[in-house]
Amino acid sequence: MTFIKKFINFKGLIGTSLVVLAVGTAIIAPLVIPLDYATNMDMRARLSPPTLDHIFGTDQLGRDLFYRVMLGARTSISIAVSAVLLSLIIGLPMGLISGFFRGTVDNILMRLVDTLLSFPALLLALTISAVLGPNFINTILAIGIAFTPYLARLIRGEALRVSQMPYVEAARSAGANNIRIIVGHILPNITPVIIVQFTISLAFAILAEAGLSFLGLGTQPPEASWGLMIQASRDYLDRAPWTALVPGIAVAVTVLGLNMFGDVLRDVLDPRSKT
Amino acid sequence: MSLNTVVPVKNGEPIVAIRNLRVEFETDSGTVIAVEDSSFDVFPGETVCLVGESGSGKSVTSLSLMRLEEFGGGKIVSGKLALETATSGKLDLVDTDLETITAARGKEIGMIFQEPMTSLSPVFNIEKQLTDGLKRHTKLTGPELRAKALALLREVQIPEPEARLKQYPHELSGGMRQRIVIAIAMACAPRLLIADEPTTALDVTIQAEILALINRLKSDHNMGVLFITHDMAVVAQMADRVLVMHQGKIVEEGSVDDIFYRPKQEYTKKLLAAVPKLGAMTGTKYPKPLDVSSKTNKQINNKMAERANNKNILELKNLVTRFPIYGGVLKRKVANVHAVENVSFSINEGETFGLVGESGCGKSSCGRSILRLVEPTSGDIILNGKNLLSLNKSELRSARRDMQMIFQDPFSSLNPYMRVKDQISEPLKNFGITNKSQTDDLVADLLKKVELPISFLKRFPHELSGGQRQRIAIARAIVVNPSLVIADEAVSALDVSVQAQVLNLLMSLQDELRISYLFISHDMAVVERVSHKVGVMYSGRLVEMGSRSQIFENPQHSYTRSLISAVPIADPKQRNILGNVNFRPIPSPVFPVGYEVKVPQYKEIEKGHLVLVE
Repeated sequence: MTFIKKFINFKGLIGTSLVVLAVGTAIIAPLVIPLDYATNMDMRARLSPPTLDHIFGTDQLGRDLFYRVMLGARTSISIAVSAVLLSLIIGLPMGLISGFFRGTVDNILMRLVDTLLSFPALLLALTISAVLGPNFINTILAIGIAFTPYLARLIRGEALRVSQMPYVEAARSAGANNIRIIVGHILPNITPVIIVQFTISLAFAILAEAGLSFLGLGTQPPEASWGLMIQASRDYLDRAPWTALVPGIAVAVTVLGLNMFGDVLRDVLDPRSKT
Repeated sequence: MSLNTVVPVKNGEPIVAIRNLRVEFETDSGTVIAVEDSSFDVFPGETVCLVGESGSGKSVTSLSLMRLEEFGGGKIVSGKLALETATSGKLDLVDTDLETITAARGKEIGMIFQEPMTSLSPVFNIEKQLTDGLKRHTKLTGPELRAKALALLREVQIPEPEARLKQYPHELSGGMRQRIVIAIAMACAPRLLIADEPTTALDVTIQAEILALINRLKSDHNMGVLFITHDMAVVAQMADRVLVMHQGKIVEEGSVDDIFYRPKQEYTKKLLAAVPKLGAMTGTKYPKPLDVSSKTNKQINNKMAERANNKNILELKNLVTRFPIYGGVLKRKVANVHAVENVSFSINEGETFGLVGESGCGKSSCGRSILRLVEPTSGDIILNGKNLLSLNKSELRSARRDMQMIFQDPFSSLNPYMRVKDQISEPLKNFGITNKSQTDDLVADLLKKVELPISFLKRFPHELSGGQRQRIAIARAIVVNPSLVIADEAVSALDVSVQAQVLNLLMSLQDELRISYLFISHDMAVVERVSHKVGVMYSGRLVEMGSRSQIFENPQHSYTRSLISAVPIADPKQRNILGNVNFRPIPSPVFPVGYEVKVPQYKEIEKGHLVLVE
């Protein structure tokens, strides 16, 4: 009950609604809207501003932006969520092990992370995607691996800080073994940081997918994704700004919602915060 | 209730007259009244001590005098702060413009803060920090400024002042830094000096020096001193007049003798009773609980002492712990910190061994070495006949069942994400001792033992006060029925009345459960109260060891003597530290690799009383 109570405030309600809206769209839209609506071209209505026929307007090929943004939600969000989850699955144990055991393990893992960090994330994703070939799964792999070193670094720092707290020492003298200390004491105390980083990474992942798609290594046209739409709009910004605004607003709303949701989630999970 | 009538002690005009001060803080959970209806005066040449426990509003009062309260989010709602300035007559600080106030800060009122480590900026040298205020408030320039800065350093008795000017704070010791802070506060010869817990972060011998210095400056300059502290012993040593604050109000005001010998208010009496007084145990054989009323003030009759068995629980033989320092391009070991050097002692069942010393003397490292939280370099630790240093990891884990630890800071020694019940039962779970229903019974039983209500089981640590948290930490330590509990500064972070209750709890638990304590503390008076045997540590070595009465009533080693003489006594008739004191600085414990340490030789003065021969 107290969990739900903590959600009921301005930030919590707005954040939750936006996330539900975005995820809901991603799940429901493909079930109710025929998939070819996103790729049907209407050459007579190219670059049409929002009208009753096309409430969000159309792009340079006369495709309806409303349907594209709706159907593109699934691609964008599922790639972003999967990629960030992947980076968490790899980065979390790496960071925890490095920060907790320190010494040689830490040195080896962190030099690996440093190597990855020395390439710009997008360039790294680009290389991976180029080597593996552009498709849905490989896009996720590319973004996920490119994001891992940032997460691993952050978690290592936090794990290092928490593992020097007196309550960890107290647990050790109370007979706790390493696994118990990591899972029972360190992990709960670094979840707030992980949640914040997770939601911020989601936003960046949506944008990274856009970047890859732009370079032809992410989602392949004519499939719709928000990033692909933004990139395609660049030549028409002066004549048809809605072609950028529509997917842009979709990304912005989703990212804003995720950030607010993440903030509130962090408070909810922290026993110290008030109801 | 509050006292609005102010008893003038000195003739003449007060430097500041505070009337009906009320300070509020806006927080998420509503308005908090930090100071309510407080009135008092400070006259030239007198020390007014503002004493109270944490959260009593004493610091906010002093910050308001500098109009610094707003930096913490506070607001003066009503009241008058009349300051008698040297140049521009009377000034009401409450409704003066910011410019006049900034002109008065530092010039009319000087302030000394608690932490000398953080109240100096690490990126400027001493000269820059000393002359900052002078530049603002005087017309001195260049060589005059430097001459003044040197004069100030001499005034606060810093050796080699010329060399210090170019040094940075990190190059100086804590006591030296606090002298610099005092010199900065004194730079413009203020008429009022506010000292907010100026010695709380310092070792006792350095505290004595700083207190003596403040006293001398007061009489040399006929300054008024507003001295804020939580420590009744310091009050007894310093105060002319005392104001006792409790929950934002001044509950009692009077001369230092009135407060100590004829306290009127219940709260003041309670506060005084809770203070362990060094020397009060003379002639007493066993530890004695403090005379404070708690809900279940158990009578302790030293059952243990009567049962008097000499079953040995812990024996240390030549324990050595060194921490390597790495340096150079190849990160080779270049030197060792000799934290613990050839320490040997033993603790019997149901006995408390008090380990005292100043910061950095190795007392905490010694405690942690016993638990092998840090790895000792050599020696033997024999707990219940088992040598802990010969155990492998899993054997050590099970051996830890027999020894538990209580940490200093109850705010960081409990995991903020775990409920009280899980905190206490964690050792049971880790050692796999009990099943679920047994665990529940045991935890409930323990909560009763540490005198907390059963409803606390479901709470999180942040919902508890410092004292309650420390009780949880104690419950967690004794839940596995250990024979030895290491209490590392276990009461140092607590308010004095809470400290007394926790000390009493520790003593009654010992009486009931026959636990042995290794009680590590810097506080001589507390150690005198709780210990059967005492060891004095200095620079990694035990310099003297014996029964409580041998150490406190017949100290032999020069360090023990100077330590005892530096402790302020909570009795204004025994002002023992007001002369010009100067103690030896503690030597560096860092030695090059391969340094041969002489095995210490002890002389036995009488049975069990050992003194290091140098």
